[in-house]
Amino acid sequence: MGDTLHIDWTSCDGRGLCTELLPQLLARDDWGYPLARHGDRTNVGIGAGDSQAARDAVALCPRLALSLKTAP
Amino acid sequence: MTPRGTAMVGEEREVASLATHRLFAAGPNADLASHALAFGPVPLDRVDYSFISVVEASGLTGRGGAAFSSWRKMAATGQARGGRAAGPAVVANGAEGEPLSFKDKALLAHSPHLVIDGLLVAGRALQAPLMYIYATPAVLPVVGAAVAARGDARRIKVVPAPETFIAGQASAVVNSISTGIALPTDRRLRLGESGVKGRPTLVFNVETLAHIALIARHGAARFRSVGSDRDPGTRLVSLSGSCADQVLEVEGDASLARILSTAGVDLAEVQAVLVGGYHGRWVRPLDYRLSPAGPESHVVRPGAGVIHVLPATGCGLEATARIVRYLAAQSARQCGPCMFGLPAMSRVLDAIACGEQDPGLPGELARLGHLVGGRGACHHPDGTARLVGSALETFSDDVAAHLTGRCTRSAGGHHG
Repeated sequence: MGDTLHIDWTSCDGRGLCTELLPQLLARDDWGYPLARHGDRTNVGIGAGDSQAARDAVALCPRLALSLKTAP
Repeated sequence: MTPRGTAMVGEEREVASLATHRLFAAGPNADLASHALAFGPVPLDRVDYSFISVVEASGLTGRGGAAFSSWRKMAATGQARGGRAAGPAVVANGAEGEPLSFKDKALLAHSPHLVIDGLLVAGRALQAPLMYIYATPAVLPVVGAAVAARGDARRIKVVPAPETFIAGQASAVVNSISTGIALPTDRRLRLGESGVKGRPTLVFNVETLAHIALIARHGAARFRSVGSDRDPGTRLVSLSGSCADQVLEVEGDASLARILSTAGVDLAEVQAVLVGGYHGRWVRPLDYRLSPAGPESHVVRPGAGVIHVLPATGCGLEATARIVRYLAAQSARQCGPCMFGLPAMSRVLDAIACGEQDPGLPGELARLGHLVGGRGACHHPDGTARLVGSALETFSDDVAAHLTGRCTRSAGGHHG
């Protein structure tokens, strides 16, 4: 398993910043919460090309609901 | 429904063919003396880390719902311990928030010492300095008295569990013990790595621990002497619905029809059976076996052992709509997809149950079910979606009838 972007659902408020930074990975559901387009929906797989945008999303999430898990 | 803590293992009459009396062998309300008489001493001094391989040989799986391999859970907690100063915590989870489940309360009420034995064994195998029993108010006095009656259980702390649906979810258990708040938490790390007070934490259902207590005494082969290869041993089930509420201990891989017959249910009067509880699955007809492994066409997963019988006159859609309304209300309202998705599912199912004639409703319900899956700190949305999916499948004829404004079940038309 590669690097993943972990969504803490208890903190996420559906502000949508992550879905704008990572539109190729994340859509928004009926209520605005991030919805992974493929695979695991809580630990979202990120490719090498997404890592900078993922780091930005972690840093900018107003709810501090995102974190990166790097593959061991 | 009030769970019947006093529900006792099946009546003497017809249990011989199917049910066994392993966990309740000491009889009702067993005190320490009758427990010792029935089971003999627990060989704690012979238990060390290698006991995990005995559990592996037994094939025991968790009896709290997920049916995860018990030895793997122990080994993961044991390995996480490596190199750390703080030893692990072991928790006996007696919170069955499931309204249709009362087997854990029955076990703690009638056989508390077997659960305590199992907790001591698991704690010893992992050299755990912290041990807890998490129990609901109904059985708290019995459990407290049982712990106090023993010299070897002084390190066990008894912690009250609230009667909410999600209080028994493993991360909610750990949160409750650590902070007093019985809500699930975001898990970046597994509980086996970091749980109570940051320690590696093993959360076992109380029935799982009772089996461990017997495996420590009699070995793996004895545990496997009933049941099947894919589902060895016995399990407790809580039966309700169109039969008297009762707890039965049944062999692994048991036939659903035989369990119902044993419980005194007239099979001709059964329309469908909800197996596994409010996060479970509706099945009919009854030629299923109860096992955590096997093909879905022949096997239904027992979950926490709930078996709820819907009578021939009942409407499965209406029954499911009521359950989903309850589940939506039991959302901890922490995670958006659950907080909004479950009430949305409930509204659509209510519309179908009430006979609203919109052919788009079942598709919308399936879409919402898919939308909430895998998107929460616990499995509440996933379990709810699973229940709804099985209702749409099992009651597909009823769905078609409702969409044309009829209900095939109730004589009086709709149930508003």
